[in-house]
Amino acid sequence: MSNRNSLKTKLVASPYIVWSVLFIIAPLIFVVYYSFTDASGAFTFENISALSKYTPTFLRSIWFGIVATLICLVIAFPLAYFISQTSEKVQRTMVMLVMLPMWMSFLIRTYSWMALLQDTGIINSLLGKIGINPIHMINTEGAVILGMVYNFLPYMILPIYTVMAKLDYSMVEACQDLGGNRLTVIRRCILPMSMPGIVSGITMVFVPSVSTFYISQKLGGGSFDLIGDVIERQFQQSYNYNLGASLSLVLMVLILISMAVMNRFSGDEEGMVI
Amino acid sequence: MKKKIASVFLALMIAVVPCCFVSAAEQSEIDALRGTKLYVYNWGEYISDGADGSLDVNAAFEEKYGIDVIYDTYDTNEVMYSKLKGGGVSYDIVIPSDYMIERMIAEDMLQKIDFSNIPNYKYIPDQYKNLAHDPKNEYSVPYTVGMVGLIYNTTMVEQAPESWTALWDETYANSILMINNPRDAFAIAQSILGMDFNNESPVSWRVAAELLKEQKSVSPAYVNDEIFLKMESGEAALAPYFAGDFLTMKDNNPDLDFVYPKEGVNFFVDGACILKDAKNKLAAELYINFLLDPEVALANAEYICYASPHTEVYTNPEYSFYQDEILYPEEGKFKTQLFLNLDPEILALMSTLWDDVKNHVPTSGSSNYAFFFGGDSTQTVVDDGEAMTPEARQYAIYIGIFVLICLAYIIFRYARKKYRENV
Repeated sequence: MSNRNSLKTKLVASPYIVWSVLFIIAPLIFVVYYSFTDASGAFTFENISALSKYTPTFLRSIWFGIVATLICLVIAFPLAYFISQTSEKVQRTMVMLVMLPMWMSFLIRTYSWMALLQDTGIINSLLGKIGINPIHMINTEGAVILGMVYNFLPYMILPIYTVMAKLDYSMVEACQDLGGNRLTVIRRCILPMSMPGIVSGITMVFVPSVSTFYISQKLGGGSFDLIGDVIERQFQQSYNYNLGASLSLVLMVLILISMAVMNRFSGDEEGMVI
Repeated sequence: MKKKIASVFLALMIAVVPCCFVSAAEQSEIDALRGTKLYVYNWGEYISDGADGSLDVNAAFEEKYGIDVIYDTYDTNEVMYSKLKGGGVSYDIVIPSDYMIERMIAEDMLQKIDFSNIPNYKYIPDQYKNLAHDPKNEYSVPYTVGMVGLIYNTTMVEQAPESWTALWDETYANSILMINNPRDAFAIAQSILGMDFNNESPVSWRVAAELLKEQKSVSPAYVNDEIFLKMESGEAALAPYFAGDFLTMKDNNPDLDFVYPKEGVNFFVDGACILKDAKNKLAAELYINFLLDPEVALANAEYICYASPHTEVYTNPEYSFYQDEILYPEEGKFKTQLFLNLDPEILALMSTLWDDVKNHVPTSGSSNYAFFFGGDSTQTVVDDGEAMTPEARQYAIYIGIFVLICLAYIIFRYARKKYRENV
């Protein structure tokens, strides 16, 4: 315990250190390198200055990410609370139900939403049977956000549930003893204590939502370009690694900033949320 | 059923027929290749693979020559190019399209084919030889050819469209598909505008991009292979795609029909090429020769449904698409253009313009519609990568409000904390 830098500790940590240097640090250095060079390898700021035209795409991605994250939060918090209140056996089943869709490929699930939402899709043909006019759903902003919420909801539920399940119930009892009604208990006691779960949930939903490209291509019909689409296109279509790398770099910085802001919420606090 | 019997017969033929054209010396060279590996990189669904009783071309090749075929697929020329350029892979054979062949020749990625090893090359008619992308026909052997046309659903489109402008028609808003590939999408706009697909004038590309932005007002879905699903299910009314793929779709949805628009279409040739760093060149040539074997070429043509540049295939009355009007239309009936490799600057411009098109959000006020489709307007507004569209401004405001609320909340909490500490 005392000598943290002993040889043994270092040896135990070395596989991870090697791993992260090779597969996390080195690629990041490449991203930075590519974003400040041109095709011939000379230093340039051109890629960064070319980014201004992608401002609308960045804004759209961030906004979609925020909306999807908020919807996930609104759905996940009550659900996680509900799950944590049930008996252990029920809890296990419920958690499994939350995880169940994740056993299938994300691509296939998104593709099937396409079949559901189409004008001639399953939902619209059911609506047609009961005499309701078909609603145009596919290729709209709503469909893209629905896809994000659907795909990333488990990442919001699970961390919140994990925190809530381990919650010290005596705190809740103390709160009730002091005369708190149900709402006060949730607001002043459960919510602040599950804040770490909420924050990691928000991170885990916001980051993939902002950078996704498959969902917007399939459910948005390619007409709501998100930043992930632009990046993917630079690498796959245009063979412009430099622009792609600088887009990724800016996206990473944006995400880091928002994470830093997020952490302001979880940090300190002795039950002072809301 | 006919197909099945034919293919069993075929397989037998191929196994039995000796290579009568090779001399003994060459035969021993071929024998030496037994047990080696051949890496083939081709389009998806682009070879007869034994499904539904068709001939499994790769298996037949392996059986005949004892060479292992390692077969990978890609879905666009650009993906194939990026993967090869990215390094870390090594293939012997690729089958890119015309303009990509030209680009790869220019970038020294291909090597010359020894045509003395490909006696079956005699089956390729002159009209498909020495095309502009490979003027002396040293690097590629035509594999399939075809044209892009307009597929439409007869239950949704009453009158057969004649022109590409149907894809801009407000009547079919929300049920129009567009190819999600800059080169093909631009070609459609360029056809309407009467431009050359390979022109090198930046202004004309910008004008074409404006026309593509115009199309956003009918909210097209930009798709590639989802076109199959969306056209077959009757989800979309109109889509530009390859003639051969239409024939596949029509099998599943007989309401579909096809037309070659009057403005002209893109004509493509996909050719088999040998990569510069190919490790098994002789086997690659054997493979290309095998693909040109009349029986194999017929099996592939039946499976892929694209037109075949092979005399023994399209003159064969047994062939399902013998004298098919869509695959083999009368020559000179409409204008066709081949894609050629573009200058790197134009390619880069096309990519950024395509990003602009994808990003464009239609606004009702500033329409160029009249300009493009006849009218009084004499000039078009070519705007250069609009930095702040109304839509973007709207998102910026939303995000701003959200950030402000967060900030206000943090300040509020901080103030309350201070206040409580003081109390």
